[in-house]
Amino acid sequence: MSAEATQAALRAQDAESATALLAVDPSGLGGVAVRSGAGPVRDAWFAYLCALLAPDVTLRRLPLNITDDRLLGGLDLGATLIAGRRIAEQGLLALADGGVVIAPMAERLGAATSWHIGAALETGVVAAERDGLTLRAPARFALVAYDEGAGSDERLADGLLDRLAFHLNLEAATAKAFTELETTRAEIAAARARLGGVTISDDAIEALCATALALGIGSARAVLQAVRAARASASLAGRAAVDDDDLTLAGRLVFGPRARSLPPANEPENAEDEDSGGEPEAENEPTPPDASEEPDKDQDPQPEKDLQELLLDSVVAALPDDLLAKLDKAAAGARQGAAGRTGARKQAARRGRPMGHRQGRPSSGTRLDLVATLTQAAPWQQLRKAERAASSSQAAPLIEIRRDDFRIKRFAQRLSQTTIFAVDASGSAAFQRLGEAKGAVELLLADCYIRRDRVALLAFRGTGAEVLLAPTRSTARARRALAELPGGGGTPLAAGLDLARTLADQVRRQDELPLLIVMTDGGANIGSDGRPGRPRALADAISAAHRLKGDGLRCLLIDTATRPQPQARQVADALGALYVPLPNADAASISRAAKAFDTRGPRHDGRSNVK
Amino acid sequence: MATPYPFSAIVGQDEMKLALRIAAVDPTIGGVLVFGDRGTGKSTAVRGLASLLPAMRVVKGCRFHCDPAGDRTHCAALCKGHGDANGTSHEMAAVPVVDLPLGATEDRIVGALDLERALTRGEKAFEPGLLARAHRGFLYIDEINLLEDHLVDLLLDVAASGENVVEREGLSIRHPARFVLIGSGNPEEGELRPQLLDRFGLSVEVKTPGDVASLMDVVRRRDAFERDPAAFVAKWRAHDEALRDEIEAARARLPGIELTDAALERATRLCMALGSDGVRGELVLVRAARALAGLEGKTVIDTMHLVRVAPSALRHRLRRSPLDEVSSGARIDRAIQEVFGV
Repeated sequence: MSAEATQAALRAQDAESATALLAVDPSGLGGVAVRSGAGPVRDAWFAYLCALLAPDVTLRRLPLNITDDRLLGGLDLGATLIAGRRIAEQGLLALADGGVVIAPMAERLGAATSWHIGAALETGVVAAERDGLTLRAPARFALVAYDEGAGSDERLADGLLDRLAFHLNLEAATAKAFTELETTRAEIAAARARLGGVTISDDAIEALCATALALGIGSARAVLQAVRAARASASLAGRAAVDDDDLTLAGRLVFGPRARSLPPANEPENAEDEDSGGEPEAENEPTPPDASEEPDKDQDPQPEKDLQELLLDSVVAALPDDLLAKLDKAAAGARQGAAGRTGARKQAARRGRPMGHRQGRPSSGTRLDLVATLTQAAPWQQLRKAERAASSSQAAPLIEIRRDDFRIKRFAQRLSQTTIFAVDASGSAAFQRLGEAKGAVELLLADCYIRRDRVALLAFRGTGAEVLLAPTRSTARARRALAELPGGGGTPLAAGLDLARTLADQVRRQDELPLLIVMTDGGANIGSDGRPGRPRALADAISAAHRLKGDGLRCLLIDTATRPQPQARQVADALGALYVPLPNADAASISRAAKAFDTRGPRHDGRSNVK
Repeated sequence: MATPYPFSAIVGQDEMKLALRIAAVDPTIGGVLVFGDRGTGKSTAVRGLASLLPAMRVVKGCRFHCDPAGDRTHCAALCKGHGDANGTSHEMAAVPVVDLPLGATEDRIVGALDLERALTRGEKAFEPGLLARAHRGFLYIDEINLLEDHLVDLLLDVAASGENVVEREGLSIRHPARFVLIGSGNPEEGELRPQLLDRFGLSVEVKTPGDVASLMDVVRRRDAFERDPAAFVAKWRAHDEALRDEIEAARARLPGIELTDAALERATRLCMALGSDGVRGELVLVRAARALAGLEGKTVIDTMHLVRVAPSALRHRLRRSPLDEVSSGARIDRAIQEVFGV
């Protein structure tokens, strides 16, 4: 069997184990995030989960666009009007108490919805204040969150992901893996009954803690989930205490997907570290319960070291290859991935999706929510009619609506701006002036900070372009990425512009306005196919610029050449960009030029609100 | 319903725990902002705070739990038919720690017309919201950086004025709403608006424990709590009660704690060295130091009190250069060294 096949088999095996453990302790483990598109594999996996869960467990599907009143509960208006007193209606989370909630396309859940689900997972209670009601209801459920995000920038909210013990990736799995049941429903039921009695030793907890820290996981929540998973595993195997197998399985399943760094290469030293970390703990232990335990402690370190090593090895072995590569990159200091996700998620709340309604006056720029307004007015009709009858002889209108009833629709909030810096870091004239360019960018960054804009940074040099910083609100991070920007090589201007276009598109899909600032001397010498050659490269760059212009992107081109050449001007014209040659412009005037773009024009509003 | 995790059982996070205790001693400090990674026990600490707060005297049945000794002009009008209008009979009540869930509607926060009474009796009556419930207590907002802007503005307005004004359906209501605002959030979710930052008296940063021993303590205690909450809470009750007594004693001691000219001068010099905006920082610094001295049973504020509270009191007030890479904490440490030579 090839290494890949082994890995796939291991992954399928682990997915199966995770599913069984979840069935043993659904609400304790919080649930599972399943990264996979809709399809037969996912269906097979879900059928497997259902086959293991008790037959009376309720399954509830969470619609993506669920409103807060359906999620958390609210006022049952019909029943309230009939009864003449407030009748509360339970929400989906409360109804799912003791069961399983299934969330398809969970990566697109709004920030508030994710927060509510996360809070309910954390506390086992659903809490809300709405419709004049204070709602508190038990909600102990497991969440099955299907993460169908296309790229790595579309992911489940971290606050939610954090509370789900298992993160499965079924992208490479086959449906066949879940057709043969290794565990039966009866075994699960028996394990569930035994679960309360399963013990875990302090050594085992220590091994889990040390492993988590070695992998860069500082969260106590993750370790607790591993403890619960280990308990469920022991219970499933019919053991009264957690053993090494349970620990390695739990460590692999819970820590594997959460690993942020790799343990230091020289393992003996690492083990030494942990040993010295563990020793004082043992000594500080107040009032040793049994004196006979002391000698045990003295003998312990050796086997315990083995346990920690074993655990660590097992988790590391289960990490997919690409993850290892990613981790190495992350260790080198860049954490752009996290930043990009954060930005994207934050914006999810600002999409053009309806965001409910709020009290307000219908006026220009707002839209009346008719149904919400009528709902608001409905309970008051009798009272108002009585009032009117008493005060005037005028016939009452059919429905009496007052100013306070008006509810306006809320969609996306004010569009904010993302400034994309595309920086030429090639070895040509631009390189000499890279320092000055950096100075100008820093000034612009300060402006972005004041305007609370997001910034993104991409650089092109050598044979291609790369995103150094996905859109983020952290200008400090942008500055760091810029400071570390290496220079040298050719000028693949076309590649840089194409990447900028992709990035701008992504920003627009998040309902933000992109603003592009290109810093180059225009001396393109690498074509879009990566081959050298000046005329071809310039032609490619100009056609890339035309495409950008076609997108209606607002753009500023800063010519960084010592003696400005016509080609930069040509590219700027093709872009429809404002052209600012650096030699004639000090940093302050560049900043002024960029500010001139800070008008959120109607054309762009229209573009991003097409929904 | 769910038993809160005992405050005293929280491992480490001393700065956060101290800031919350200081806010409990002196509510005029102006709230606490807790920023930190997920799963560091931010919410746990705030929810555990309730059991550390000494009970307060309230007018019996008053919906705003008004202080019988305080100004009752607002509540006398509003409590008709609810509480004891004369305010003669009192009772002891727990200090409210009110959770403001994300997505709470404006109606529930400021209060609205009582729908039930409108439907059943055809009368207009005001139904207090969360702000009324939090009066004289704490209002906790988790993920404060995700709270919608119009609600943040509303909360700031009320927190600044100590009064909630509601104009609805011909009813014009104003009632006292003085509360300690506690916000928590994750810096990865985005930064907080500067106006909001400044509203908070103290600001603390929490981190995940970085060593095996304390991580183990966290996990073991948490596990014990989950498996048998009642027994765990019972085990820590005495600790929580000791903290509560400390807070009560500190409150009593507070007015008598002396601020020497030398200490005041040091506080001023520290604020100047840091170039913190306005006098608010200095005021909070001194107040927090006084509360700390009270918690320690001292009668005079000394340098160490100032040093210990300075990071929480000033961290969020430093004029920030967006491009400055040195963390606020490091800048404060440096200034403390320069000014105090500690």
